[in-house]
Amino acid sequence: MGDVGKESMGTPKPHLDANEAELIQRVCQGDKEAFYGLVRPYERAVYTAAISILNNPADAEEVVQEAVLKAFSNLARFRGEAKFSTWLIQITINEARLKLRKDRRHLYESVDEPRTDEEGDYFPQDFADWREVPSEALQRKELRQALKHAIAGLAPKYREVLILRDVQHLSTEETAQALGISEGNVKTRLLRARLQMRDALAPGIDGSWATGKAEYKKVRPW
Amino acid sequence: MSMIEISCIEVWREISNYIDAAIDPELRARMEAHLKGCAHCTAVLDGTKNVVKLLADGVEYELPRGFSQRLYSKLKD
Repeated sequence: MGDVGKESMGTPKPHLDANEAELIQRVCQGDKEAFYGLVRPYERAVYTAAISILNNPADAEEVVQEAVLKAFSNLARFRGEAKFSTWLIQITINEARLKLRKDRRHLYESVDEPRTDEEGDYFPQDFADWREVPSEALQRKELRQALKHAIAGLAPKYREVLILRDVQHLSTEETAQALGISEGNVKTRLLRARLQMRDALAPGIDGSWATGKAEYKKVRPW
Repeated sequence: MSMIEISCIEVWREISNYIDAAIDPELRARMEAHLKGCAHCTAVLDGTKNVVKLLADGVEYELPRGFSQRLYSKLKD
């Protein structure tokens, strides 16, 4: 494990809660176990952040391990300008992006990227009326499978925002900090991601699962 | 004074902010007036809300079995 400096507790940390501040102090005094206590509540958050970029459980786990070790080595540099969890997610996202670049997998992913530019509007492709999804339907295997497939089909820049905001419930500000983009960009990408998800799921929600028919005809006003 | 009408495209542009309650009350009122008379925009809104609801429980992202133990071992190395 890396070297954790002693100066890290010297400056005020506005986003740090008392428990985390105490754990950081213990780590700085050489208590390695305390670091695991610091990271443990965010295991799932960092894993989800990694998988939002890598789209693969094994790669995501490897990246989380690397990111957590990196966070330990760099704990002295943590200034509390963001929450500890946001900082940890930020490191994980950077590690995941590095891995993605190294593996060059994004070359294949970009083929499926929808032809929308960041500034232009995204128009819904389907106007099927979903109404309310009954809670028992939320647990249906086909729906969960379709949801997974639709998330995987998003371009990485939309998928990462959607997961941080709608799965991990980070605020717009925290998402912007974690991804290193503006809050305006977070909102634009989130809108696109949600609308694309809606279009991708419409055939099942309003068609085959409800009617039992294999074919689905898009609902369009024109 | 009558409210300035809003188009479908403007509604779609703000639909995500509407769901997140991140728009000002005046725009919200204009969107609601539009939604009352537009079945297509209502369908887009309902579907988008359902997407948010479906994602919220995060069951797609359960930790793999043994994840915590492997992470802990890595930290102890």
